[in-house]
Formats: sequence, structure tokens, C-alpha cells
Amino acid sequence: MNLDHEVKGDVLVITPADRRIDAAVAIQFKDRMREMSATAGDRIVLDLGQVDFVDSSGLGAIVAAMKQLGQGSRLELAALTPNVAKVFRLTRMDTVFPIHDSVDAALGAAVSHG
Amino acid sequence: MDDAALRAAADCGGAGAAGDVSLAVTATPQGVREALIRLRRDLTAAGLAPDDVGTAEMVLAEVMNNIVEHAYAGCSGAQLELRLRVCRGGGGLSVHARDTGAAMPGGTLPEGAPHRLDVGMEDLPEGGFGWALIRTLTEDLTYRRAGGENHLNFRVPLPELI
Repeated sequence: MNLDHEVKGDVLVITPADRRIDAAVAIQFKDRMREMSATAGDRIVLDLGQVDFVDSSGLGAIVAAMKQLGQGSRLELAALTPNVAKVFRLTRMDTVFPIHDSVDAALGAAVSHG
Repeated sequence: MDDAALRAAADCGGAGAAGDVSLAVTATPQGVREALIRLRRDLTAAGLAPDDVGTAEMVLAEVMNNIVEHAYAGCSGAQLELRLRVCRGGGGLSVHARDTGAAMPGGTLPEGAPHRLDVGMEDLPEGGFGWALIRTLTEDLTYRRAGGENHLNFRVPLPELI
């Protein structure tokens, strides 16, 4: 599970380089997200533009990655491909995460953490 | 009509069949992943639209993951079998999954009720999405335990398949 990352202003952008976040890599994904987000600020954007498949284990790992950020931080998602957007919609997890059309849109957005 | 053609018509409820796929899958997360990559290719080759391929992949992933995680629960060397038939004319994808693992608890399928999401972040669910997805995306879902095997049959409606 390769996760690229880049700091843009005060936002940490994490980009999975693999095409799938599934049961085969869910635990690894969660652990790598924990390592990367340890020193991050309030905003972390997960860029899913290269991911074309997320199963329920992968979805659970993304939820876990947000929960382990702790108070005050929220994981935002960007650039969901159609199949991935569908999983979030069908499980109504699209109501839990701030979702942006693109990383640029995420960087331009002022997100409250209320 | 010969026997094979009769069976095909029965599976598809009288609609035309094309693109049969049958495969044995190593019951591990990696085995499921490889099977899904192959199925995505085969279903695309059978003429399914990208959205329909995505729907089928989502359902088949949850069905196989459940077998790996629960029916076999970490047994090494186990296999599951998947048989698919693409049914044109509104029939969708007809699927039969078979495994020799543990029976469903209580002999019935989980309800797959949607989670409550109006909770604090620490109480958000990290799992249990699988059966809700399967029940949302399938029709005619039946489970049967026979001869020490689990048999799951269902249909995935594929709206873009003509």
C-alpha cells in the first residue's frame, strides 16, 4: 500500500498510489494513515483520484483513519471516481465526510470543524 | 432445446444468456482481489457498461469477503466457487456462490440493516457494511445449506445491459 503525500499550505494531501483499497490492504492502509497523520495539522485531504475500487473493508479503514485523528481534525476526501463515490453513497458515508470534486477544490475550500 | 440450453434459459428466466464465467477462488483477501480483477475484465468483455461492471464488482467483493472472513474464518488452503451468467433483456447478472465453510449462524442471512450515522465520530461504524450493500444491490437472494456446503444465489440487476 503506497501512500504519496505532500504538504500544501497548511493542508496535508495524501494520495494512495494503488488502485484498490480492499480487504487485502485495509489494515496496512489504516496503519500508514496513522503514521502520516501523526504530525499533520487540522486538515488532511485524502486524494482518491487514482483509486477505482473500495470495498467495505476499505471503507471501514477510511472511517478508522478519520477516527484515529482525534479531536479537532477531520479527514476530507477528494476526487472520488464513480465506483468509489457509489460505495460512499450507498452506505450514506457521503454524509459523514466532507467530499470535494478535486484536490484543488479541497485546497480552496474553507472547512469548519464545528 | 438441449439440456444445456434449457438450463441457461432457466437461470436467466427466459432471457438470452451470454458470457458465462465460472471460477475457483483461493479463499484469501489476495485471492478475492485477483478474482475481482479477472471478473472485471471478463464482464467488460461480455459487453457490460462500466457502471454495471462496478456494481457487479462491489457485490461480488462483499460476497467473497464474507466467505473468506466468516465461513472459512482464516482456514488456509480453502477455495470458493463462483458461477456467473450474464442475462440480457433485463435479466442482469445471475450468480451462484458455493463454499464448504461454516454455515450461516442460525441458517439465515444477516439482515444488513443500515447503520445509524447520527452519532459521535468515535461511534461511527468501521465495518458491517457488506450485507447492507449486498441486499441493496441484489434481487432474489437465497441461501441454502446442503451437503456441508453453503449455496448463495442472487441476481444483480444491470440497468445498462440491453
